[in-house]
Amino acid sequence: MASLAATANEIRKGIIKATNSAKSGHPGGSLSAADIFTYLYFEEMNIDPANPKDPNRDRFVLSKGHVAPGYYATLAERGYFPKEDLLTLRKIGSHLQGHPCIAHTPGVDMSSGSLGQGISCAVGMAISAKLTGADYRVYTLLGDGEIQEGQVWEASMLAGHRNLDNLVVIVDNNGLQIDGNIADVCSPYPIADKFKAFNFNVVEIDGHDFDQIADAFAQAKACKGMPTAIIAKTVKGKGVSFMENQASWHGSAPNDEQMAIALADLAKLD
Amino acid sequence: MADVKKIATRESYGSALVELGKKYDNLVVLDADLAGATKTGMFKKEFPERHIDCGIAEGNMVSVAAGLASTGLVPFASTFAMFAAGRAFEQVRNSVGYPHLNVKIGATHAGISVGEDGATHQCNEDLALMRTIPGMVVINPADDTEAKAAVFAAYEYEGPVYLRFGRLAAPVIFDPETYKFEIGKGQILEDGTDVTIIATGLEVGYSLEAAKILAEKGISAQVINMATIKPIDEELIVEAAKKTGKVVTVEEHSIIGGLGSAVCDVLAAKCPTPVLKIGVNDEFGHSGPAVALIEEFGLDGKGIAAKVEAWV
Repeated sequence: MASLAATANEIRKGIIKATNSAKSGHPGGSLSAADIFTYLYFEEMNIDPANPKDPNRDRFVLSKGHVAPGYYATLAERGYFPKEDLLTLRKIGSHLQGHPCIAHTPGVDMSSGSLGQGISCAVGMAISAKLTGADYRVYTLLGDGEIQEGQVWEASMLAGHRNLDNLVVIVDNNGLQIDGNIADVCSPYPIADKFKAFNFNVVEIDGHDFDQIADAFAQAKACKGMPTAIIAKTVKGKGVSFMENQASWHGSAPNDEQMAIALADLAKLD
Repeated sequence: MADVKKIATRESYGSALVELGKKYDNLVVLDADLAGATKTGMFKKEFPERHIDCGIAEGNMVSVAAGLASTGLVPFASTFAMFAAGRAFEQVRNSVGYPHLNVKIGATHAGISVGEDGATHQCNEDLALMRTIPGMVVINPADDTEAKAAVFAAYEYEGPVYLRFGRLAAPVIFDPETYKFEIGKGQILEDGTDVTIIATGLEVGYSLEAAKILAEKGISAQVINMATIKPIDEELIVEAAKKTGKVVTVEEHSIIGGLGSAVCDVLAAKCPTPVLKIGVNDEFGHSGPAVALIEEFGLDGKGIAAKVEAWV
């Protein structure tokens, strides 16, 4: 099995190719989350691509639904559907919609895209496991801009209140949103203190360091009686020289020339 | 009317949930700090572990219900119509409607008959809002019998359902021993030849009263109960329009987008017929006792009869 870093690099290439083919989509936040996606789907979660509806599977909700290219590249890499499908992203007739849809794509556990709603759905899944005695765990990935949505805190209040220790909330803290730096637009900082105040176990990590990612998920599993929030410091556009730390690559796709440079950048990491 | 039994349909909702809860382990009920008013408190008393109070956060509650439904549970998410269909509209659309999840929205305190709380809480827009969501079933039962039957039918149906209930006690019209509810089917309650009155929810009882008043004036009104606003009973609407040639719709809802509009959509396409829409005109409600408001807005038997008489 390829190393996690090598797998993440393949996923990053998939993100570039898919958004190039679609001529739209969200590469920046997909690239920042690629290492977290990789760890979840290749290490952490109890899942089986051959049985995507297994009632006992761990659940994942992409609350920051716009980074669907990263999600789809991960699901394809993991074997839920052929990697060639990535080139159909956002096209008519494709199962790969602009934002994830439960009805269309194998491996997608919840439709998402309207920010703030995914974490609530994940809370519902976690409550269900507690009610029925199921032992699956629920993971949800949020953007750091997304946590400006009030619903995130409604969901967090309920998660803390109900002691949902089967829930892990990951915040992809790449520091940028469409209109610029999150600290300048409407600062959500301090993020860790906010989740602590909502009765979460909070772990702060470098979201590109697989040892730290592994340790954070282990801490989450070991923590009883409260949900865990992993605040992952990341780089938007990670791995592609001209996209790194550029808010402008939040929601625009690379053209053919830019794709060639991006894939060359990523090839250096192979 | 003194001898007619009156029960608010929110009470029917609460008691139907308890009955269903006894039969089905996978039924869960959510509320947003209104369990006493929505009557889900009855369910909470019987099944405290399956009653999830989400606090005053209706948008979150609806998305949480979607998460629960995705795992195979059948959630009934409950709050006032204003907050279920209004505040949480986008959660209903995107978390429930788009993935077509098996979530039931139990919305109480709909319409102006909320009474004293006034315009902020009198939701006259919910049928219009919910009707626009693809795949959403929208039901507005008329009385206790129909409300309970609608809750049972909603549980049996696989997919999202919006159920509209009222705060005000409504006369019991249907005999629980013989009444059969079917999603998407209306019923003729009174036969008539001059005009057809299609009513929904609380207005069914008032429309039956109106038909009596009209009969005294020599106007023969057919009365149809239309509990399911979507999918609406097109066949029955067209058949009635062909028979009487004049259709009146009556609802405790804005005349924009609700039953009246749904009926007009059918008739415009299949059987162009003059339609009089009776409901809340393009205005907000205000505080006052429920029955007085119904009279003031012309939605009681007398008010309906007067409008129909002037129009036919």
